[in-house]
Amino acid sequence: MFEFIGKLFGGGSEGSKKQAKERLRLVLVHDRASLSPGLVEDLKEELIQVISKYMEIDEDGLEVNFDESDDSVALIANIPVKTVKRNVN
Amino acid sequence: MGKVMVITSGKGGVGKTTTTANLGTGLAALGQKVCLVDTDIGLRNLDVVLGLENRIVYDLLDVLEGRCELRKALIRDKQYGERLVLIPAAQTREKDEVDPDQMLELVEQLKEEYDFVILDSPAGIEHGFKNAISGADMAILITTPEVSAVRDADRVVGLLESAGLHDPQVIINRLRPDMVRKGDMMDISDVDDILRIPILGVVPDDEHIIVSTNRGEPVVNDKKSKAGQAYRNIARRLLGEEIPFMDLQERNLMGWFRKVLS
Repeated sequence: MFEFIGKLFGGGSEGSKKQAKERLRLVLVHDRASLSPGLVEDLKEELIQVISKYMEIDEDGLEVNFDESDDSVALIANIPVKTVKRNVN
Repeated sequence: MGKVMVITSGKGGVGKTTTTANLGTGLAALGQKVCLVDTDIGLRNLDVVLGLENRIVYDLLDVLEGRCELRKALIRDKQYGERLVLIPAAQTREKDEVDPDQMLELVEQLKEEYDFVILDSPAGIEHGFKNAISGADMAILITTPEVSAVRDADRVVGLLESAGLHDPQVIINRLRPDMVRKGDMMDISDVDDILRIPILGVVPDDEHIIVSTNRGEPVVNDKKSKAGQAYRNIARRLLGEEIPFMDLQERNLMGWFRKVLS
């Protein structure tokens, strides 16, 4: 009944469009990343440069991936650290 | 020198062929000389949408492989004659037989003669798609406001980009204003948010399309059809006119009742 009154005044229940848009947004994060394999490689290179300023890392062991859960996509970087520098210039 | 547009989508069944037929007819109605090329080898359909299927003698492969003169393969439209011509796809052969260089050469030749050369691309992103986009100067993407169609369109934007077609525009096809109003379909702004490419037009879902395809007469000629109006608007935009998007919402009492009772 309240829903009916809501519609009468131009409101209305939430439709499936929101889900469509949210699911699309997430799936496109993946699609776009895999369409340009260069993107992840470039990201790795720059990560190495930045982190190397602060610590010595195992460059060959570095992994960067997209991790997907129900409602979000996360960028997961696994970076083995060899030593941390004592001071940064 | 004419423009070469490719009509493409990634996903099948979203309205590439219908759009090609209607934009071609719409542009011819505005006085342009138009050549339509069906590049969907093995799945020819543009001929039936235009109602020209009985006139086909030669096809695209016959032209590309030199079995007939270009002039002989051009099928003149029932209404617009020389101003709107079709080169039909081959129906009997395999898709990957078209040579991209020959295709490019044909398109260059057609450009000399016609104001618009419109290439109807096959669905997918394989060989046939690559052939269709190889000669184009601009791309028009067709999508419907659905997750799968928009996703595929996004992928095609990337592929067009790497092929050097940098500024594609999108037509949102089969929009249902009633569903948009209920929040059950993505609207123009939602598709815009996601794809981030210019929207060339919005075509409402319309039963007239089915009737006109049954008859082989493009809906763009039907003054009563909303989809026809949308295609007429898009044709004018292609000629550089600024035409606002149609207001697709019902404003009458029936619309209000439907909204309340839905």
